[in-house]
Amino acid sequence: MAILVYTENFDGKFKKSTYELISYGKEIAKVENSEVVAVTIGTVDAGVLNELSKYGASKIISVKNAELNDFSSQAHASAIVQAAKKVNADVVIFANNPNGKAISSRVAVKMDAGLVPAAVGIPSSLAPFTVRKKAFSGKAFADMVITSDVKVLTLTQNSFKVIEAPVTAVLEDFNAEISADMFGAKPVEVVKTTGKLSVTDAEILVSGGRGLKGPENWGMVEEMAEILGAATCCSRPVTDLDWRPHHEHVGQTGKVVAPNLYIAIGISGAVQHLAGVNGSKVMVVINTDKDAPFFESANYGIVGDAFDVVPKLNAAFKKFKAGN
Amino acid sequence: MKALICIGHVPDTTSKIRFTDNDTKFDTTDIQYIIGPYEELGLTRLLDIKDAGTDLHITAINVGKEETEATLRKALAMGADEAVRVNADATDAFFVAKQIAEVFKTGGYDFIVTGKESIDYNGGQVDGMIAEILGLPSVTGATKFEIEGNGAKMEREIDGGKEVVVASFPFVTSAGKDFAKEPRIPGMRGIMAARRKTLDVKEPVAQVLKTNVSKHFLPESKPACKLVSPDNVEELVRLLHEEAKII
Ligand SMILES: Cc1cc2nc3c(=O)[nH]c(=O)nc-3n(C[C@H](O)[C@H](O)[C@H](O)COP(=O)(O)OP(=O)(O)OC[C@H]3O[C@@H](n4cnc5c(N)ncnc54)[C@H](O)[C@@H]3O)c2cc1C
Ligand SMILES: Nc1ncnc2c1ncn2[C@@H]1O[C@H](COP(=O)(O)O)[C@@H](O)[C@H]1O
Repeated sequence: MAILVYTENFDGKFKKSTYELISYGKEIAKVENSEVVAVTIGTVDAGVLNELSKYGASKIISVKNAELNDFSSQAHASAIVQAAKKVNADVVIFANNPNGKAISSRVAVKMDAGLVPAAVGIPSSLAPFTVRKKAFSGKAFADMVITSDVKVLTLTQNSFKVIEAPVTAVLEDFNAEISADMFGAKPVEVVKTTGKLSVTDAEILVSGGRGLKGPENWGMVEEMAEILGAATCCSRPVTDLDWRPHHEHVGQTGKVVAPNLYIAIGISGAVQHLAGVNGSKVMVVINTDKDAPFFESANYGIVGDAFDVVPKLNAAFKKFKAGN
Repeated sequence: MKALICIGHVPDTTSKIRFTDNDTKFDTTDIQYIIGPYEELGLTRLLDIKDAGTDLHITAINVGKEETEATLRKALAMGADEAVRVNADATDAFFVAKQIAEVFKTGGYDFIVTGKESIDYNGGQVDGMIAEILGLPSVTGATKFEIEGNGAKMEREIDGGKEVVVASFPFVTSAGKDFAKEPRIPGMRGIMAARRKTLDVKEPVAQVLKTNVSKHFLPESKPACKLVSPDNVEELVRLLHEEAKII
């Protein structure tokens, strides 16, 4: 038996969320008394691959087929299943991100397995295999039981911490059998949003709503993000009005995020907005209206005018950062 | 051209969530059901394409018991040409995908559209499962969709950017945000016309269930929000540092 973790690389590098996955897999492996095997697709330096062993991956399979440089959920799923069968994996774990979602559902079908997407914690029991997930857009949780022999999971980002558990890993190259007919959907162009920290990777988010009145007022929001090492995001009307780019839209119809700290400025806190952000560990709201629904969900709040509070808060954050 | 659009029957986004039967089942008392918001965008986009003059026949499909028919009728009222209901409880994504794949096989469809995820159990699994069962390519979480030649050109969000993807028929795609701008609202004419459209009921094919829900939980209620005076913002910084230990 083995726990197989798909460790997606981004231009040859791993993200913190990848190490969360390995740590999560390691936790299950301890209970099951098996090992964690990582599988990665594409060219990654041995030194970078070895980072995975720091968190407990004792075998690292590197799939190097050149044709897999183009993303195809069909081909990627096939390669991962070949690796899973080779190591006799009984649990296969993915990140709950766009590619993880696209591949995991196919892997479940190929392995005749049940899938629990967006898991939020380690299984409470291995027999029956029971794991908790978010449901009803974050308004509830469900304990799901998987009854098939093989279990497939995707893990919600930021829901399990990175734990160091160093081992010596075996690195293995693997040539998967891939056929041309697995590329029926072909990426013809990839556009990267470069430079800035992405909304889903950031541990702190500073978010603005319609209360900020117009795009010209985002300077203080960006300044706060800069001071805190955060990313900026916003409510839906803000992107609908083209005040901010679409990739910053969070909420039920936008990105679902789970940062450590979410600071909402001039956002009312509609259910559809909260659905995307209520996984945050700590939420702060700044709003002129003491009855804004956001105050019911937030941990800390300031009833006040953003145009007064935010500059003062920025100065206070700056002072704090300088002293730490 | 023929499209199959998968319509989920989900609680309205503002619903109060409660459970019954020892927290094993969702309490449907007083719940308003709607078309899943993502497949609603999917259907809207297909209708826009059709209205622009493309010859497109749209079949709405749902796996569900009789109570889901009102939701399917709403899809017909929006403008879908016909509907199919597979008469079974939809409790497991694999089961649902199998039923939809089965209908696809016999209907001469060119492509399947689902929503990016349902808003009840938030899976985002059905599209990939249908595609794998049928051996078709798929584009998960598409944000743009254009018919192009003998297939479609789509955009999808990826971690840290986006991807332009082309696929020839047949294929599966799941609609994410921006697939269409605003969902179409059925008018009186649409609602009248929907009554005369075909809603075919099919019996399910066998498929072993692979998952079930053993229990539901509501999130622990958060302690009340701590208010800080706008004239003492340093206090907020202190709380975030010393109490929440987050900065
Ligand atoms: C199906 C559906 C899906 C949706 N999906 C999303 C989604 O994904 N994400 C999302 O965000 N919304 C979504 N919405 C919209 C949602 O219902 C709300 O309309 C939206 O979140 C409101 O955005 P807002 O809080 O920025 O604006 P408003 O509701 O206009 O709130 C502005 C707030 O700013 C405060 N304010 C005003 N001036 C100041 C000031 N000077 N200083 C401080 N505060 C001030 C006001 O008191 C108010 O509370 C969806 C709606 C539907 C129906
Ligand atoms: N019972 C169902 N009948 C028809 N389509 C469904 C059903 N359940 C889910 N779907 C479709 O599959 C998409 C993804 O669902 P899920 O994998 O449950 O998140 C939804 O947005 C729907 O388009």
